[in-house]
Amino acid sequence: MNATAYVAIGYGLSAIALITYTWRVLTRGRRVSAEVPEERRRWM
Amino acid sequence: MFRDAWLVAGKDLRIEARSKVVLNQIGPFSLVVLLLFAFALDPDRGFLQEATPGLFWIAVLLSTLVVIQRSYALEAVDAGRDALRLSGLDPAGVFLGKAGAAFVVLVVLEVGLVVGVRLMYGAPLRGWLLLLVAGTTATVGLVAAGTIYGALAAGLRVRETLLPLLFLPVVAPVMIGGTRAFGAALDGSSAEGWRWCGLLGTFAVAYLALGMLLFESLLEDS
Amino acid sequence: MTTTVQPTASRAAGGAGPLGTGSRFTRVLGIVVLVMVAFQLALALWWSPPELLQGQAVRLFYLHVPMAITGGYLAVGLLAVGSIGYLWKRTPFWDLLAASAGELALLFTGLTLLTGSLWGRPVWGTYWEWDPRLTLTAVLFLLLVGYRAMRNAITDPDVRARRSAVIGLLAAADVPLVRLSVDWWRGLHQTTTLNPLDPELDGLMLFTFFFSMVTFAALFLWLLVHRFRLAWLDEQVAAHGLQDAIAERRREAAPAPAAPSAAGEAPAPRVADPAVADAAGGAS
Repeated sequence: MNATAYVAIGYGLSAIALITYTWRVLTRGRRVSAEVPEERRRWM
Repeated sequence: MFRDAWLVAGKDLRIEARSKVVLNQIGPFSLVVLLLFAFALDPDRGFLQEATPGLFWIAVLLSTLVVIQRSYALEAVDAGRDALRLSGLDPAGVFLGKAGAAFVVLVVLEVGLVVGVRLMYGAPLRGWLLLLVAGTTATVGLVAAGTIYGALAAGLRVRETLLPLLFLPVVAPVMIGGTRAFGAALDGSSAEGWRWCGLLGTFAVAYLALGMLLFESLLEDS
Repeated sequence: MTTTVQPTASRAAGGAGPLGTGSRFTRVLGIVVLVMVAFQLALALWWSPPELLQGQAVRLFYLHVPMAITGGYLAVGLLAVGSIGYLWKRTPFWDLLAASAGELALLFTGLTLLTGSLWGRPVWGTYWEWDPRLTLTAVLFLLLVGYRAMRNAITDPDVRARRSAVIGLLAAADVPLVRLSVDWWRGLHQTTTLNPLDPELDGLMLFTFFFSMVTFAALFLWLLVHRFRLAWLDEQVAAHGLQDAIAERRREAAPAPAAPSAAGEAPAPRVADPAVADAAGGAS
């Protein structure tokens, strides 16, 4: 494999990891926030 | 504070003197570790002599884990932890006491291990002063860090599995420093070794200070 | 959007904002981060030239170094700040800050190791080299794994906050010692790296480097805010779940002495409630 392949793998895996993590945080935030009353979500 | 430390250390050592868990179980365990290294590495090719400092410190690290687990298993029965908290002893003193008792126990084990590597691995022992200073400072660092982490894991359902994960990465500097200092002592190149003693001393002082500072928070909960 | 808002009546009545951990600030920041990431990718993968010694592999550096710095310095620094803050102030804010920073530090450090290995293979010829910085990152990664394992092992919020704060502080305090020891350990071992202060470095490469740094810092901040709010929500659910359970037990316990009283006479049993509940709690 040449260097370009390693670059592609590096960027690809990092993108997958970061997108998956972001997705999980955002969707879990959505789900959990439904269980918390309005007045306790102070940033809204 | 030191009087409290003396009391706690005396209590732990008295329990040990009566139960003889270290003598009958942990000591033999550390010798089993030495035996396993001989199985893993070919004893005929001189690997064991070359690797003696590293193998010695790995054996010490594993023994420290068991000693710390034992030290907090003492408090787990009969609500010893609550008693310690309610006793009104200075938390820094309790920390120093538990660390002091573990230090005494670990030094005894290390003497056994030194004899073990001398006899079983045929390692030539040189640079006694460096060995003594490096061994002592490294041991102080190990028991200081171990006593804090033991208290952190104490009382949890997963304490046995959590403690090694928390403790072993933290003492990486002791492992490296101890190994290098012992390597330098056995090679007869002491100058290199004294620098590592400085690192080991820094580690020991840092963790003793952190332990005395933070132990109060750890005694608060049960 | 409106359909997801429906389930809780109070919110529908209040006409409040959408669900989730977003706010105007994070939405604006999120868009900025997206634009920056697009620009960073174009710079790092397309516009910037290959380096003389490393060739194309240098492009991994625009990922690796910013992640190492945001994860290893920024996130671990915030973990330490949060831990000290908790031990000092004892408020949930600091604990949740440390928890969020610790988790992101773990993610970024893990990715630093991954990209570092992938960079090492074409440049050094091996995935792993006992380079001081690599070794330090590996130890840091394990420390952060331990921090996370500790948090997951404890359910009581107060105990968790207190013990995690101690662990977070100790882990951060350990980093300089590990750094010193691995530097000495591998002191003679100089390996090829990229020095951003090298004046020989091409201007566009230098710009790409610093732009990547800023991009990752912004991405980190955005993720941190969301993660912090999620942690806050989790804590609220845990606390509320407990309060609800206690309220339910009291309601169960209440009718026993007040059973004959009519449903219309509401205040009387409510006054009796605490004593009954306390008695029940003490017995169990």
